Amino acid sequence: MGTATPISARNADSAKRPGYRLTVAEPLALDSGVKLGPTTIAYQTYGTLNAAKSNAILVCHALTGDQYVAEPHPVTGKPGWWDILVGPGKVLDTNRYFLICANVLGGCMGSTGPGEIDPRTGKSWGLTFPVFTIGDMVRAQVKLLDHLGIQQLFCVTGGSMGGMQVLQWAASYPERVFAAVPIATAARHSAQNIAFHEVGRQAIMADPDWCGGAYQAQNRNPSRGLAVARMAAHITYLSEQALHRKFGRNLQDRNALTFGFDADFQVENYLRHQGISFVERFDANSYLYMTRACDYFDLAAEHGGALANAFKGTRSRFCVISFTSDWLYPTAESREVVHALNAAAANVSFVEVATDKGHDAFLLDEPEFHATLRGFLDGCAQHRGLPAG
Amino acid sequence: MTVDARNFNGPQIRGDLRLAAEMIAPGTRVLDVGCGEGELLSYLVHHKDVDGRGMELSQSGVNSCVRHGLSVIQGDADNDLADYPSDAFDYVVLSQTLQATRKPREVLHHLVRIGKHAIVSFPNFGHWRIRLGLLLGGRIPDTALLPYPWYETPNIHLCTIRDFVALCAEEGITVERGISLDRHGRPYQRGLANLMAEQGLFLLSRKA
Repeated sequence: MGTATPISARNADSAKRPGYRLTVAEPLALDSGVKLGPTTIAYQTYGTLNAAKSNAILVCHALTGDQYVAEPHPVTGKPGWWDILVGPGKVLDTNRYFLICANVLGGCMGSTGPGEIDPRTGKSWGLTFPVFTIGDMVRAQVKLLDHLGIQQLFCVTGGSMGGMQVLQWAASYPERVFAAVPIATAARHSAQNIAFHEVGRQAIMADPDWCGGAYQAQNRNPSRGLAVARMAAHITYLSEQALHRKFGRNLQDRNALTFGFDADFQVENYLRHQGISFVERFDANSYLYMTRACDYFDLAAEHGGALANAFKGTRSRFCVISFTSDWLYPTAESREVVHALNAAAANVSFVEVATDKGHDAFLLDEPEFHATLRGFLDGCAQHRGLPAG
Repeated sequence: MTVDARNFNGPQIRGDLRLAAEMIAPGTRVLDVGCGEGELLSYLVHHKDVDGRGMELSQSGVNSCVRHGLSVIQGDADNDLADYPSDAFDYVVLSQTLQATRKPREVLHHLVRIGKHAIVSFPNFGHWRIRLGLLLGGRIPDTALLPYPWYETPNIHLCTIRDFVALCAEEGITVERGISLDRHGRPYQRGLANLMAEQGLFLLSRKA
């Protein structure tokens, strides 16, 4: 099936990052019709897989996330993106569960993607990389589970684009999913979300350093375009209230307006910082491809237009979670998923968490969200016959 | 759609809920519509090995249920029952909520469509205290089961036990069992139910 090599934690060079890499020789049949292979899946694990292999939780990361869920990021040194939830005694308790997170197909932290080398040409893929879908990301993860010998996941969870993968898992591999927790997500990308992604892509492509996608060959990097894409996207992850609370109209290190285009306001400075720090760790072409995968996501369309058909006969237990101030994936989108699950007579819980932190709430300290997830997982663990925590 | 105060302390469950629970066979599939904090659902899951689901209007109720491992969604009887396929459950429970729905007749039809059986309880507006209160006091009755002033009561479709039985007959819904209860949810068996009972509890099914 494949080989996995442990990699030592030394430097940020892609082959030497912490975690594992699985190389799958057999080509992946992508939704576009292209056969892609061999493929590499870079992944990280936390906790211990039990003898019955029944305690595995697959965490699916969001657009700009990666497999470093609960450890310092090898490039930025910042804490893992779900450090708040993952660890011994935490909600995703690594004393009880075996957590897996794989860098998605097309990502830029070690999995096969546009920034890696195309073995046929010896050059980086760039725009010759095939366009892939959320379904293709999940296909790659299936190969990883096969390699790890895990027949059924105890749970698959993730927020945003990660939540789309959760829904795709539940629809395409129901027998391999005991419980599914899609968070702050939707069963299809809305026109508004496609529009925001298009703004980000155009910002990247308008950067002369993008070089028609071949920037690596020319030793350039469209960092200005990618930073602008990140700035625009970052606004959509917050909420008007949260921005107001954090920054208001406060000025940045000055007492008066400068009558210029310097970052007078704190919010400008904050966004510029978000943009600049993002380009350190992210690949512009990956951003193009992954936003495209989100845009193409429409689970109902895959099932004759009726979302309920995607979950027909499912025996998985679902917990759908949304946040009141999330205007990128508003509660109404989660509710559509819940309606479809009801129509399929699925076992579903649905919680909307009241918060002013916007879409990013799924990454933050939200006690009600965490208590809900803990309660749901405890209930599922009992049904799955896992020992109490 | 929790209409009445549910004084749930410890493992004892409210009288009408206990009687509803007695109507439910162990190991069956149950949907509790308006499940509140999950009092009945939790009892059924833990004591009767039921595959239980809940629906609750208040988000705080839903969150509390899910935190305790119950499968509950936010929704209400008027809007969200239509999503469920027919015969999805063995029992659908609607306790003390029918009178607060916008379209009780449609809700009843959904209950017996989704469930092989429906269990419905409601406050009896024909109770003598209510009749007497209106007759002598001339004011909208304020009772333990109906504690809201007229201008902000959620109870917009009140009925008597006799009204309810008549509606079931008109709509072709079979009444398999009917129990009259006092205000504490204890069975009341001394006759003149429509006058003397404070609540009605019914086990229903579709006409075969």
